[in-house]
Amino acid sequence: MSKATSPPLFDKALVRQAIVDAFIKLSPTKLVRNPVMFVTGVVAALVTLLFVRDLSMHRDGLLFTGQIAVWLWFTVLFANFAEAIAEGRGKAQADALRRTRSDTPAKLMLHPDDSRDDPWEAKNAFELQVGDVVLVEAGDTIPADGEVLEGIASVNESAVTGESAPVIRESGGDRSAVTGGTVVLSDWIKVRVTAAAGSSFLDRMIALVEGAERQKTPNELALSILLSGMTLIFLIAVTTLWGFAGYSGTVLSVTVLVALLVTLIPTTIGGLLSAIGIAGMDRLVRFNVVATSGRAVEAAGDVDVLLLDKTGTITYGNRLATEFIPAPGITATDVAAAALLSSIADETPEGRSIVALAKSAYGQTEPATSAGKAHFVPFSAQTRISGIDVGGRSIRKGAVDAVLKGVGTTMADAPRAFREAVETISRSGGTPLAVAEGNKLLGVIHLKDVVKPDIKQRFAALRAMGIRTVMVTGDNPITAAAIASEAGVDDYIAEATPQDKLAYIKAEQAKGRLVAMCGDGTNDAPALAQADVGVAMQTGTQAAREAGNMVDLDSNPTKLIEVTEIGKQLLMTRGSLTTFSIANDVAKYFAIIPALFLVTYPELSALNVMHLGTPQSAILSAVIFNALIIISLIPLALKGIAYRPVGAAALLRRNLLIYGVGGLLVPFIGIKIIDVIVTALHLA
Amino acid sequence: MTVAGWLQIAAVFGAVLVAAWPLGHYMARVFQGEGTWGTRYIQPVERVFYKLAGVNTAKEQTWLAYTLAMLAFNGVGFLSLYALMRMQAVLPLNPKEFAGVAPDLAYNTAVSFVTNTNWQAYSGETTMGHLVQMAGLTVHNFLSAATGIALAIAVTRAFARSSVTTLGNFWVDMTRATLYVLLPLSVLLAALFALSGVPQTLSAGIDVTTLEGVKQTISLGPVASQEAIKQLGTNGGGFFNANSAHPFENPNAWSNMLSIWSMLLVSSALTFTFGRMVGDIRQGTVLLIAMWALLIVAVGVEYQAETAGNPLLVQAGLDAVGGNMEGKEVRFGQAMTAMYVAVTTGLSCGAVNAMHNSLTPLGGLVPLFLIQLGEILPGGTGSGLYGMLVMAVLTVFIAGLMVGRTPEYLGKKIEAREMKLAMLAVLVLPLAILGFTAVAAMLPKALESLANSGPRGLTELLYAYSSATGNNGSAFAGLNANTPWFNTTLGISMMLGRFAYVIPVMAIAGSLAAKKKVAPSPGTFPTRGVLFIGLLIGVILILGGLQYFPALALGPIVEHFLMHAGKTF
Repeated sequence: MSKATSPPLFDKALVRQAIVDAFIKLSPTKLVRNPVMFVTGVVAALVTLLFVRDLSMHRDGLLFTGQIAVWLWFTVLFANFAEAIAEGRGKAQADALRRTRSDTPAKLMLHPDDSRDDPWEAKNAFELQVGDVVLVEAGDTIPADGEVLEGIASVNESAVTGESAPVIRESGGDRSAVTGGTVVLSDWIKVRVTAAAGSSFLDRMIALVEGAERQKTPNELALSILLSGMTLIFLIAVTTLWGFAGYSGTVLSVTVLVALLVTLIPTTIGGLLSAIGIAGMDRLVRFNVVATSGRAVEAAGDVDVLLLDKTGTITYGNRLATEFIPAPGITATDVAAAALLSSIADETPEGRSIVALAKSAYGQTEPATSAGKAHFVPFSAQTRISGIDVGGRSIRKGAVDAVLKGVGTTMADAPRAFREAVETISRSGGTPLAVAEGNKLLGVIHLKDVVKPDIKQRFAALRAMGIRTVMVTGDNPITAAAIASEAGVDDYIAEATPQDKLAYIKAEQAKGRLVAMCGDGTNDAPALAQADVGVAMQTGTQAAREAGNMVDLDSNPTKLIEVTEIGKQLLMTRGSLTTFSIANDVAKYFAIIPALFLVTYPELSALNVMHLGTPQSAILSAVIFNALIIISLIPLALKGIAYRPVGAAALLRRNLLIYGVGGLLVPFIGIKIIDVIVTALHLA
Repeated sequence: MTVAGWLQIAAVFGAVLVAAWPLGHYMARVFQGEGTWGTRYIQPVERVFYKLAGVNTAKEQTWLAYTLAMLAFNGVGFLSLYALMRMQAVLPLNPKEFAGVAPDLAYNTAVSFVTNTNWQAYSGETTMGHLVQMAGLTVHNFLSAATGIALAIAVTRAFARSSVTTLGNFWVDMTRATLYVLLPLSVLLAALFALSGVPQTLSAGIDVTTLEGVKQTISLGPVASQEAIKQLGTNGGGFFNANSAHPFENPNAWSNMLSIWSMLLVSSALTFTFGRMVGDIRQGTVLLIAMWALLIVAVGVEYQAETAGNPLLVQAGLDAVGGNMEGKEVRFGQAMTAMYVAVTTGLSCGAVNAMHNSLTPLGGLVPLFLIQLGEILPGGTGSGLYGMLVMAVLTVFIAGLMVGRTPEYLGKKIEAREMKLAMLAVLVLPLAILGFTAVAAMLPKALESLANSGPRGLTELLYAYSSATGNNGSAFAGLNANTPWFNTTLGISMMLGRFAYVIPVMAIAGSLAAKKKVAPSPGTFPTRGVLFIGLLIGVILILGGLQYFPALALGPIVEHFLMHAGKTF
């Protein structure tokens, strides 16, 4: 699995571009997408106008009004910067992808039904239509996403997967999908275009990380409504305050009312909301998973049930040696030594696992054999045996009946202990390998489907988070049950057919649960479409990729777990910063309210618990804090808050303590510090 | 504060709990159509009503039909009550021969009783005849409370049901709330009030010659029966102008405790009804704990502020022991007055047993703030529950994300549509309260009605609009509200506070009912523990209360500091 690679948060070029973008985003048409920042922008313009008026009329308090105006603009710019830097990081990823597919030539077949040698016309990839058939030969770049109609070719897909080893693409079956932008290395294929230029898989991915097509996800939309509502509430509170102040004999200037408004409305989360969303999508892309919509990422956080393929996710997928069982009269060490020797040249995973086991569990060391002296017998499908002839010894290992035949006996005549060992291994779903030296039967090697060592803890963690894991396998129920209990999954589907998967998903959904699964074959498509989160493997068929709402470029089914975690992290970041932003309001009241009415009611200074210098410094400090908190939280918004796989109650307790209680206290401290600086610099 | 005082407070809360638990379960059975002990006697009567009105009890309504039925019913109620007041001079049962009520006052009063506010811009014993009192006001004491219960039950069903479009039948819920809940309880309570010395008669009053030799008319009437539903239905509109401070409405310590108990009863019990109907009683209990926790703190602050008294008087050598006794009845004492003040405003009842304008600044801040929090502690009959549920939905939405799932409450996903409607609902309160107060504070004509200047005057204005919008109905007093300006704007506030609030809430209910109920898992945001209670309280204070802080700072808060600095108004 290619690990998520994260560039430094603030790359110099990115920051420079983001600063420029922050100013471009001041355009009202762009700002209006974010109601909280739009209001901030409008009042910033208002205060600026007042400043200009005061300037031309040589009024008092110019420095104060000017500074407030500047910091209000900074508030908007910081929010824009947050969004721009998040987009910039996505763009950097997208640009690299885009380079691979600019101006790709295509060979459009004029008579697609005939043979390869028929005439073709040179076209640009952009001109291709869905249904067109193109010829791609060795050295050509595949011009568009499509399905192989004819031929077989090795394809370098590193442009999208980052994996340099070529893969085979051929017509029919599960390996018939090709991706635009990847390169054919050998042979040729005829490809039917399945996605028009501009809507191909890669284009969709670029659009998503770039933010050009970005629409608000459902939860983001709901949160925006909450934030807009709160903005309205505080707009009412501040506007009416003007009336109350008038009654009380205080004339409040527009500048201070604006300052109060902007500090009360949720600018922190309002400014960071879209950055959080983009960064979440970007995190997914860095994990080499592409979501076709932001909605899918949110749904990933809500998943209740994970359908996991056994092979590759829960087990290594290869059968590995776990035990050497000697025949009567032989020691296990002898079996281990012989097995080790016979496997030195065996580069299959099984062979390597035998070497590893003999060394680690049986204290064997690799004997110094040189290729010259030893003769290796490679495994073949006919003999089903491999081995080594060295120093007069002839050691063979392989399928039990084949080895028995080699030593001139049959299963019925084999020693009883040996027979029993072979049966026990078979019954538990493992594979027995016999080992013999010359005519002497040494013992049996137990090969089994090994469960990944850390997977059980992972499932336990998922369970604590309320996610049930279901193992899907083609094994028989007995083997499936054995592996399921060893891996600690909550449920399993044995001898699973795609229909079984679909039925299981539907049943879970009927109980109100959200289901995630991954799949690659065309027959997985209905289940992928039915699942709330369907992760299709990049190596899978076009049908599967169309049906899912995410594509894993590494084709690694384990990633389903990471995908859920990224979804959860996105939602948690959003919630925690919202809580922080709202909790901040308490301190801002204590900073500003006594300052507003100090002349009329000096007694209200009892509320000035922070002992801020002057009314002007108090108001200015609150506004500065309000702007700076946005910029200081950008790293958190981009990286996401620390995620731990624990239950909801524990998560809530932790995040509430940090972001709720922290949100109450931090501004008291921050505003006080800024006030000290502002006073020291005689800014107010 | 004394231990004895706190013991009295604890005793009343305890007595409410003991009665609310069975009542909550009983109401759940009633509204789920299950048999109860009273079914045998009440059902025949109930059927007669359905038959007369042509109600098909089997046919349930969508949220819109339910809401429209409620609005139509209340509209007719408003018009009939208005007509009754305007024409009382020519109608019978008017022994004191009062004239027809003035148009603006009749409008204000009709709105007031239909919305369960029971703001009284008039003096009952000198304005309203027995017919208006009994056939008009008392009837609406029942109907407005029953409307509240019906709405709360409809909203509850939205959480209890899965993938349906209907929320019940308004006419059935309304009838059951009246016949099975309010009427039997009122009869019982009226008897208890009568036993404790509250008069129950149809005579107009007694003419007596006082010791000074002056002739005086002592007003009487069917007080006990009206008192019962006034408290039970969190109406608060008294038979007498002095309300529960009047010796005939609330003669002694016993009747006072009974008053507080009966105010708290139904709203508290409804949380258990909610818990039972959604299939997890604890979900209701946590709501009640959150409500009561804030309420008990409020009682404590009130009690402390009043027993500490006015430092200026203390310095003058007065009032040192009893605290601030101005405007209070000696027979109730500080503890039971403090509890009454907090409960009647936490509840949207609005009955008063003391003069709120005589409270210390902080003592006056408590009832004002409780009303502004949205009348959810535990709020008006029914309206308290659905108001609290809006807060719970907001809490779940804000904090729910912190556990890494899109928010859900009781298995229902809270999405954009619900947020839009919830924000519409919560916007109504500050708009009406702060908006009207700010306008009135700048309007010379409105300011003429004030008895006090300075912060206390602002408090009087703020209190009036808070009370009207929150459908509380208690008056801070000191404000002559029987003017066309106040009658009109307070009337509008009352309607906004009731109907403009509940329509979006019902729309939320409709939207939630249609959603599939998601099964809970360890990853689900926990809404049945201490943490949720704390969060709920936090959201109520920050989202529900913070917007009033500037106004409060210029009213009671600054007055408190001024008082300690030796300034009065």
